[in-house]
Amino acid sequence: MTQSMPAIFLLIVLAPLAAAVVSGIFMRFIPRSAAHWVTILGVGLSFALSAYVLWQMLFAGMGSMNVTVYDWAMVGNVQFQVGFLVDRLTALMITVVSFVSLMVHIYTIGYMADDPGYKRFFSYISLFTFSMLMLVMANNFLQLFFGWEAVGLVSYLLIGFWYTRPTAIYANLKAFLVNRVGDFGFLLGIALVLMYTGSLNYGDVFSHAPQLAGQTIQLFPGVAWAVPTVICLLLFVGAMGKSAQVPLHVWLPDSMEGPTPISALIHAATMVTAGIFMVARMSPLFELSNTALSVVMVIGAITAMFMGLVGIVQNDIKRVIAYSTLSQLGYMATALGASAYAVSIFHLMTHAFFKALLFLGAGSVIIAMHHEQDMRHMGGLRKHMPITYATFIVGSLALIAFPGFSGFFSKDTIIEAVHESQRAGSGFAYWCVLLGAFVTALYTFRMLFLTFHGKPRYVIEQNHGQPADTGHAHMQPGHLPHAPKESPWVVTAPLILLAIPSLIIGWPLIEPLLYGNFFAGSIYVSPAHHVMQSLAAHFHGSGSMVLESIASPTLWVALSGVLVAWLFYIFRPTWPEKTAKALNPIYQLLLHKFYFDELYALLIAGGARGLGMLLWRFGDEKIIDGGLVNGSANAVGRLARILRRSQSGYLYHYAFAMIIGLCLLLGWLILR
Amino acid sequence: MITLFDFLALSGALFAISVAGIFLNRKNVILLLMCIELMLLAANFNFIAFSRYLNDPAGQIFVFFILTVAAAESAIGLAILVVLFRNHQSINVEDIDSMKG
Amino acid sequence: MAATIVFIVLAAVLIGAALGVITSRNPVHSALFLVLAFVTSAGLWLLLEAEFLALILVLVYVGAVMVLFLFVVMMLDINTATLRQGFVRYAPLGVVVAVIVLLEIGYVVWTQKLGVTFGTPVPHAATFSNTRELGNLIYTTYVYPFEIAAVILLVGIVAAISLTLRRRAGTRTQDPAKQVRVSAKRGRIRIVKMPTQGGQAE
Repeated sequence: MTQSMPAIFLLIVLAPLAAAVVSGIFMRFIPRSAAHWVTILGVGLSFALSAYVLWQMLFAGMGSMNVTVYDWAMVGNVQFQVGFLVDRLTALMITVVSFVSLMVHIYTIGYMADDPGYKRFFSYISLFTFSMLMLVMANNFLQLFFGWEAVGLVSYLLIGFWYTRPTAIYANLKAFLVNRVGDFGFLLGIALVLMYTGSLNYGDVFSHAPQLAGQTIQLFPGVAWAVPTVICLLLFVGAMGKSAQVPLHVWLPDSMEGPTPISALIHAATMVTAGIFMVARMSPLFELSNTALSVVMVIGAITAMFMGLVGIVQNDIKRVIAYSTLSQLGYMATALGASAYAVSIFHLMTHAFFKALLFLGAGSVIIAMHHEQDMRHMGGLRKHMPITYATFIVGSLALIAFPGFSGFFSKDTIIEAVHESQRAGSGFAYWCVLLGAFVTALYTFRMLFLTFHGKPRYVIEQNHGQPADTGHAHMQPGHLPHAPKESPWVVTAPLILLAIPSLIIGWPLIEPLLYGNFFAGSIYVSPAHHVMQSLAAHFHGSGSMVLESIASPTLWVALSGVLVAWLFYIFRPTWPEKTAKALNPIYQLLLHKFYFDELYALLIAGGARGLGMLLWRFGDEKIIDGGLVNGSANAVGRLARILRRSQSGYLYHYAFAMIIGLCLLLGWLILR
Repeated sequence: MITLFDFLALSGALFAISVAGIFLNRKNVILLLMCIELMLLAANFNFIAFSRYLNDPAGQIFVFFILTVAAAESAIGLAILVVLFRNHQSINVEDIDSMKG
Repeated sequence: MAATIVFIVLAAVLIGAALGVITSRNPVHSALFLVLAFVTSAGLWLLLEAEFLALILVLVYVGAVMVLFLFVVMMLDINTATLRQGFVRYAPLGVVVAVIVLLEIGYVVWTQKLGVTFGTPVPHAATFSNTRELGNLIYTTYVYPFEIAAVILLVGIVAAISLTLRRRAGTRTQDPAKQVRVSAKRGRIRIVKMPTQGGQAE
């Protein structure tokens, strides 16, 4: 069994790649159905093998495996390798990734049915699956970085999938640029790791980690920094970019320009959690630096709280879920900061299920509304779309951490973990995540009520003269050619398949995952950080956790959020407008997303443009064009104008010059 | 007794005269060519004198070659002169300034 | 002693002739002075026992090159008056440069002594053939330079001819290339089709 494992790992990674190549490169030679069959087959194979690996880990006692399959290059003593480190963390991640990816593949058949880029889309998402699997299965920093950049690339391609839309191009450019900032930090972090440990392999680096503890580095003369802190902060900058933490979060809401399956797969369930996964994977390094962990925690808490607030005022259904994703990523980062890595990964997993579910549900609604995404034109859809509605409810309840749902177990534990944490900033973080629960409930149920409840706010045009299939794009907002109807089975089946884990997966998994030493060997927690131990002391099984939640503030905070949403959007639908007027400054602040975009446009884009203008006007035009290019030409011209006087053209001048030159040369030879 | 240095002095004087001639007759291309012939003659003088006083006939071989080259040179020079005169109706060097920069 | 007198006389004539070359108003006189210079040089070379070169100088230079010079001078209609303008303008400079050259050569020759001691020349026997001596060298040691010299002369001939050759309109010349290229079928006979005199029998 162990002998066949490297081949299985390779197959897990390469099956989606092969599928992507087939459907991408041979796009012109294969029919549409072949494109989705081959990719679903590839990803399905990946999922089946991932589940097999996880099964072996859980029940057959397979230990973690570190295999190197290919030596890519050797520079000095540094080896660049392709290899797989498969332990329980990785096994869990690849199972989640390939499962969500499989669901999204199936769903895409329905969602993209009419799109001309059908085959391209399947090729991209398979390529993404390959990249993500490479990222999580890496056993060295180089491969991690490869996967990191590859998912970034596919994300860029998919955000700009509808490349004729200027907004999509703007959004993918923005995602690309913001991620560059993060990746720069990440790369610096990797470089520091290489500098101080001399290796890129996880195993070598982590065994060197304790020796890093006492070392310092002078980034600025005279200021000594602890090496682990610098490394971890730089790595976390990378995570901030990829996992969209404040202040590098601005790209994620805009990434909703991509097709909805992509939002579910990349921008909710998998890619954006790469940063969380990476920090968890680097736990031996992060455990060395309390400073870095505090930064992680505070950043996460800020993201969790304030991005949720922005979600309240959004009208685009996908943007609400996008801000919700930001907020939940903030929760995960907060848990990381509290040294509760296992909880963070647990939430990552549950979030992958229920957020993918919510996105795909929103996609189903969008199909029914003929690609209308504004919630102000929806309402009352629950009668028309029962399956979507039911699964959406499940996702929403999981998101607000309603007791018993998967999100409850993970999120409640996060809040508890932050409460238990003694780290600097944990008090602030605790209030953020607690109030964040209220905000989460508020925006989630606002979305639910606006979309599925109340009276319909769309208009059905019975007698529009055009055929339905060409009329879509030209419809006015909120105008539909016919009543919304439930989506086809390829759309609803993934919804149901995702709703099941969203509903129940917390029950069986919380105990083994969090308190059963599941991640021993993958995640290292220093004995000084005993958050998990104190949580374990309070834990008496999933059932009692559900019962005890009645006494915890979290539930009541969330329920009050639901209540407020009900009051504002069902009971008195005029209140939101009045409140917005009364609290206009705050409303404007939220509507403009705390002015992050404006600030970046002003400071960074404006600064860069100003600098560019300066360099253009002064550096380029004056110095280079004026001084070097034209200046040298002018200097040569002036010199030539002087020198040409010697070129009289008269033969005897040349003869004289020769003779006098001869005399001088002879004189020099004699007198020297 | 005629010494080597007598011949060297003679050829030096001849050379100096031809240099002066180039300066004096700067406008007349034919005279310039003649002065060059004089210079070559001065050089040949040196070769033959050294050959004589070193008892080495190689110097005379040199003169032989110099005469060959000088003949070819003056033939081409005169040919150029003829063409020049045909085109300019003049051999005045001051009329020939198309090489002016 | 007699040789010394001959040397002094010839040297004086040579210097005088050279001065005549550069100062004559008429290019023809200059050329004739140059002939005189060559002839006296040939005499001096005989003193140096370079008989072959002395004769070559007279035969080739005086007989061919200087005749060519004279020929050109006389053929071209040269306005000597304009050529003489500004004759003295550069004279001071010319004299100064000439004196400098002279001083430099004199300095080298007399003060440096060239770093070599020269023996007295060995007079050759009366039967000694300078021509044979040079011929032996030219056709053995210096055969390749000799061939190159021949090529240079050939190039000189071709260059001189091609420079001065000109095709005037109205001259009747043969083009051997065309003559060789001519074909009996296409070049010599031309068959012309003409309309017949439609049935007018006479």
